[in-house]
Amino acid sequence: MPESTVILDAPAIQRALKRIAHEIVERNLNSADVVLIGIPKGGDHLARQLAGFLSEIWKSPVPVGVLDVSMHRDDLDHRAAPDILPTVIPFDVTGKTVVLVDDVLFSGRTTRAAMDALNDFGRPKKIQLAVLIDRGHRELPIKADFVGKNVPTAPDEKIHVRVSEDIQKSEVVLERK
Amino acid sequence: MSWTKKHLLDIESLSAGEIVTVLDTARAFKAVGKRAIKKVPALRGKTVVNLFVEPSTRTRISFELAEQRLSADIVNFSAEASSFKKGETLKDTARNLEALNADFIVIRHSASGAPHFLSRVINASVINAGDGAHEHPTQALLDAFTIREKKGKLAGLNVTILGDVLYSRVARSNIWALTKLGANVTLCGPSTLVPKTFERMGCRVTYDVDAAIRDADVINLLRIQHERQRKTMFPSIGEYTSLFGLNKARLAKIKPDALIMHPGPINRGVEIDSEIADSHRSVILEQVTNGLAVRMAVLFLVNGGKGAKEIAG
Repeated sequence: MPESTVILDAPAIQRALKRIAHEIVERNLNSADVVLIGIPKGGDHLARQLAGFLSEIWKSPVPVGVLDVSMHRDDLDHRAAPDILPTVIPFDVTGKTVVLVDDVLFSGRTTRAAMDALNDFGRPKKIQLAVLIDRGHRELPIKADFVGKNVPTAPDEKIHVRVSEDIQKSEVVLERK
Repeated sequence: MSWTKKHLLDIESLSAGEIVTVLDTARAFKAVGKRAIKKVPALRGKTVVNLFVEPSTRTRISFELAEQRLSADIVNFSAEASSFKKGETLKDTARNLEALNADFIVIRHSASGAPHFLSRVINASVINAGDGAHEHPTQALLDAFTIREKKGKLAGLNVTILGDVLYSRVARSNIWALTKLGANVTLCGPSTLVPKTFERMGCRVTYDVDAAIRDADVINLLRIQHERQRKTMFPSIGEYTSLFGLNKARLAKIKPDALIMHPGPINRGVEIDSEIADSHRSVILEQVTNGLAVRMAVLFLVNGGKGAKEIAG
């Protein structure tokens, strides 16, 4: 029977996102340059919530896109074909500071695929990475710029990030074998 | 996620869920076609052989472009320019292609069952691009995709397939796909080309063209396959046109929002009036666009279904 622990509840997720929003503001002086792109599933909801906090601080709307990275993954030969979710980037990324938003940073391979996929849409001036959970075990030289919570894990443990439009029902759960 | 197949041989053996998976995946690939950079690296380093033992232009070009947009390497192989003329068997040809480490073989063959045979004798993934009068699965998938995109659904729609059903692999694959997804299929055409036995596939068969098109949400016109008919199955082309061709008088009787489809190549003035083929109701060219997306989706899914174990993302 796997043992589950809630490591972030809904209010804690909101606090983490607000803090990340302030860090993004601190790092990026020109608000007009910043766009958020979420990686589904999970990152797209987080990106929308983060954009809400950012636009409160900057008093101006922050564009949000969704980028599915399935077609750029490096493990397509080793797994069943993944479900591809819609990619919607309703703005030009060229010259922008793109903040990629994902729920969990683990091997770093999703982030690499996202950077490759993003190149097909234009040439951002900068790419930054915001994640709700960094659980370690990187397989590539990739590091997050903004982290909600660092969670040391064993490789066989699982992290479930349940985020949806309904903020109150969001939680992050660590599952031990 | 419900795709685990290594080959795409026919629609008959697919579940409704698998068909929907292809359509959903194709939607994502259609979006790729609208980007400035229309290419993704999903099949980078993979080799695809397009083995077209029976001539084809549009299907071959569509597959080729789909393969290129997935970054695969391509070998084209056509009957006229190959050792088939020297008497090599299909099995030997395929084994030779496999010795070149082909990962996928897209096969068009005049013999029904050729792709199935191939899938049993080689390790590469086999995709059926049309086998005899048996099946043309990617055509049915692109037709279903086009209908779903235009009508928002397939279940409950009345789809009429009009023309040479007997010799049509497009008709067979369409019947399987549409009935699995809950559409009501009506077949119509000269009785010699639309035998009653098709009722066993769950279709309505009628020889009254006005009854067949009156309630249709979709009218799929099939080309008269002169090349597959051993003898003339109807008295004359002129008679076919006047009895079964889609002309302006018949157009006035159909539902105003009915879609007119055709797998191509169209015989203008035979199964369809030229003006109707070019009208806003015709989605013939959209079918071509969607065919590209559907073939990308099929290659992508079949690559993932090669039996490799699922690993954690």
